[in-house]
Amino acid sequence: MIRVELPPHLRVLANVKGEVQLDVPSPVTARTVLDALESAYPVLRGTIRNRDTLKRRDFMRFFACARDLSLEPPDKPLPERVAKGAEPFLVVGALAGG
Amino acid sequence: MSRVRVLVGTRKGLFILTADGKRQTWKVHGPHFAGWEIYHAKGSPADPNRLYVSQSTGWHGQIVQRSNDAGKTWETVDNKFSYDGVPETHQWYDGTPHPWEFKRVWHFEPSLHDPDTCYAGVEDAALFKTTDGGKSWTELSGLRTHRTGSQWTPGAGGLCLHTIIEDPKNPKRLYTAISAAGAFRTDDGGKTWKTITKGLNSRYIPNPTAEIGHCVHRIALHPSNPDTVFMQKHWDVMRTGNAGDLWTEVSGNLPTDFGFVIDVHAQDPETVYVLPITSDEKHYVMDGKLRVYRSKTGGNEWQALTKGLPQKDCYVNVLRDAMSVDKLDKCGVYFGTTGGQVYASADAGNTWKAIVHDLPAVLSVEVQTLAR
Repeated sequence: MIRVELPPHLRVLANVKGEVQLDVPSPVTARTVLDALESAYPVLRGTIRNRDTLKRRDFMRFFACARDLSLEPPDKPLPERVAKGAEPFLVVGALAGG
Repeated sequence: MSRVRVLVGTRKGLFILTADGKRQTWKVHGPHFAGWEIYHAKGSPADPNRLYVSQSTGWHGQIVQRSNDAGKTWETVDNKFSYDGVPETHQWYDGTPHPWEFKRVWHFEPSLHDPDTCYAGVEDAALFKTTDGGKSWTELSGLRTHRTGSQWTPGAGGLCLHTIIEDPKNPKRLYTAISAAGAFRTDDGGKTWKTITKGLNSRYIPNPTAEIGHCVHRIALHPSNPDTVFMQKHWDVMRTGNAGDLWTEVSGNLPTDFGFVIDVHAQDPETVYVLPITSDEKHYVMDGKLRVYRSKTGGNEWQALTKGLPQKDCYVNVLRDAMSVDKLDKCGVYFGTTGGQVYASADAGNTWKAIVHDLPAVLSVEVQTLAR
């Protein structure tokens, strides 16, 4: 199972507590993880990626294994520890404001 | 006995204020959707328990919430606002072409006749409509593809369609206003649109009487007399007696004619309310005094209403969707400030009191008058 950690607003919106666990078909990429997430929680459509283009929203970041994966191609496989469920894929709201 | 329900959209959530018809004792419910910006919330005139709410943040974009029980429970409905066809370009701040991009819903206008039908005014400026209670939204693209569309430019707040009015006597007629393009009218249900800007004079654009480019802040009308429309423009208060075909200025003796809100008394079509703001540079009320101005003559002659409002050290703004009136015999008038106060008058503006003092900055205020 793939583990995904959502920011607080999206946990409230999706009505989940803690991490979300998802079945994601191989290859495990940012795109396939987000596809599975949005399929399981349709309310999240448009909140992480643009609904039309599926581009990452400007103020959303993707972290895993102590790395910022936000600018990686969406079809690039995620780190093995994420694919094995050993570490979560973090969906993070970018720091903004004073 | 009648009741009133006030829907208050703020920078950090939705609040619902309720009172009986005396409007003296209020209950505050909320925040709903805590931490999210609520640009607008409005109830259906055809079913007051049906509410539409625009919920957004810069991080997560647009969510649309719907309630069928007056806000006790909520459900998310479709948040996909896709422009019809391949969107072309409007003008950017620097004059270059800029592709239309959806950012947020500024305003929901539920149909007067059907709770499942609702219009949405969005940024970048376009008009959408649902006929299934928000499960899907379709653009009425005749507006955005108007022959002037490629020349529309954003105001400081963005290129936003912020006002939608359905003519109560003619369901085929809608008015819309866009900052900073102007005002538009359709007489065929949204297929085709005409600019209704003749008579507007805006000193801040190269040709002050151009067809487009006017930063219209808000328009309002009385249901009994829908051809008479009032406008608060960036500067100037205007009126038309022919559905926008020609406007005349009615700023009269206002201390400043910059402002955002304008509304019409529920029983008297010639009684109008505005709230003057010092200037477009300052965006707060004049001289530290919060004053609503009322005209009982359809403009030109204005009277300051101050009783119960702070008259020193007040430096708030009142944004374009943040004034509303109820329909009780003694018309109630309500407005919210960027300082988080919601003020109400139960006597048509003669006296005021704050319903709440310390909400987040208020973005919108809508009132529902309920039978019981």
